[in-house]
Amino acid sequence: MLITQYLFTIGKYLLLMKRTFSRPERMRMFFKQYVRELYALGVDSIGIVLLISFFIGAVICIQIKLNIQSAWMPLWVSGYTTREIMLLEFSSSIMCLILSGKVGSNIASELGTMRTSQQIDALEIMGVNSASYLILPKVLGLITMIPLLVVFSTFSGIIGAYATAYIGGILTPADLTAGLQHDFTPWFFWMGIIKSIFFAFIISSVSSFYGYTVEGGSVEVGKASTNAVVASSMLILFSDLFLTNLLS
Amino acid sequence: MIEIKQLHKSFGTKQVLKDINAVFSSGTTNLIIGQSGSGKTVLMKCLVGLFNPTSGEVFYDERGLTTMTRQQQSALRREMGMIFQSAALFDSLSVLENVMFPLDMFSNESVARRKQRARFCLDRVNLGDAENKFPGELSGGMQKRVAIARAIAMNPKYLFCDEPNSGLDPKTSLVIDQLISEITKEFNTTTIINTHDMNSVMSIGQHILYIHEGRNHWEGSMHDVVKANNPALHDFVFASQLLKKAKQGILMDQHE
Repeated sequence: MLITQYLFTIGKYLLLMKRTFSRPERMRMFFKQYVRELYALGVDSIGIVLLISFFIGAVICIQIKLNIQSAWMPLWVSGYTTREIMLLEFSSSIMCLILSGKVGSNIASELGTMRTSQQIDALEIMGVNSASYLILPKVLGLITMIPLLVVFSTFSGIIGAYATAYIGGILTPADLTAGLQHDFTPWFFWMGIIKSIFFAFIISSVSSFYGYTVEGGSVEVGKASTNAVVASSMLILFSDLFLTNLLS
Repeated sequence: MIEIKQLHKSFGTKQVLKDINAVFSSGTTNLIIGQSGSGKTVLMKCLVGLFNPTSGEVFYDERGLTTMTRQQQSALRREMGMIFQSAALFDSLSVLENVMFPLDMFSNESVARRKQRARFCLDRVNLGDAENKFPGELSGGMQKRVAIARAIAMNPKYLFCDEPNSGLDPKTSLVIDQLISEITKEFNTTTIINTHDMNSVMSIGQHILYIHEGRNHWEGSMHDVVKANNPALHDFVFASQLLKKAKQGILMDQHE
């Protein structure tokens, strides 16, 4: 019974994606929506990304320096580890996990409210493919913005690490710089970007699915918003495991 | 003209609509009335294609709705306008942008011409001075009028109104009814109104379809309602003492 329900949900999701990825009726209206979503999903998230990454970068650096580094380890270990954690996992996967909470609930509640207030029905009656008009700009908007957010997150984390050196005096800036520059593998940067693009698709499409298919009233919109965050977080974690194995 | 033939709609084992047959002419205000839960909204959703009927067919000027492809349905829907119970205006758009939306989506006219058309529609519903406001800043009656302006922006052949008077005071309801009636004549649309409002029934009901327990129970005009020998219809339309007295008054006037 549970399996049938899961298969039914997956089928509904795939059908919605088929409708979503069809040619927009009016390119000018699509671009208008696309720019709006770039701003709403991407630009509006820069603040939280910078803030969280700054503190996590600083905390990673402090933890490594104070709790892991020992006398027999090189002085650059803290900087090196901070860079690798930020590049490989935090800025791509954990940041997307955090964004699934902010962006995912935003998308699900917006579409859910549009559904319950009959705005989606109004679009359908006008002959507009509502899935394509509403969901496609969100998916493409987040996919466009997420690499930028990953880059901002990595740099903000590194600035956080420098703050521990310059303000906290936990380690010397020279040791940190040496660690950040030690044995840099450019592929790790691209790996983070590739993973984040997959995660952006998961966040936007899964949250849109939960919002778009809401039936009922405000309670159901709230439930859909929660389900969107839970489902996209779970999918990000599973696909992170798979993608890390595939890309490493 | 819209024709419904042997329309049935079930949800699981529950049969909501049973063998509905009707013809709605153009240039006429057609009312679907019935108690809450009688199947009016389901019938309207079947008419506009938001629900697929379990069996039967809806013909739009001899074009069968259920046999159409999705593209054909989209093309047909561009000939439709709909006023929803909640007005269903787009919150993030201004009044003018709401009315311009279908034009922006489907018209190849210049921006200036599209704006001109939208302003004409807003003037038609006496809201010319509210074009820069947002739906949240408008009263319920004003929202309904914006919804009417948006619905007529594309010159629809078919106009659907789902309980256009719900939540409005009697005076505003009359204004909305009058507006819909005028637009129907002016643009020769096939207008179908889903309503509980007995004032609407008695003022603009040129053709009335009474749905009772999912069936087409009675059909006629507002003039026939008073004389109809149908207990279920009588109990529904003349439910209050005031309406019962009004009916007696009308019958006495007709007798004299």
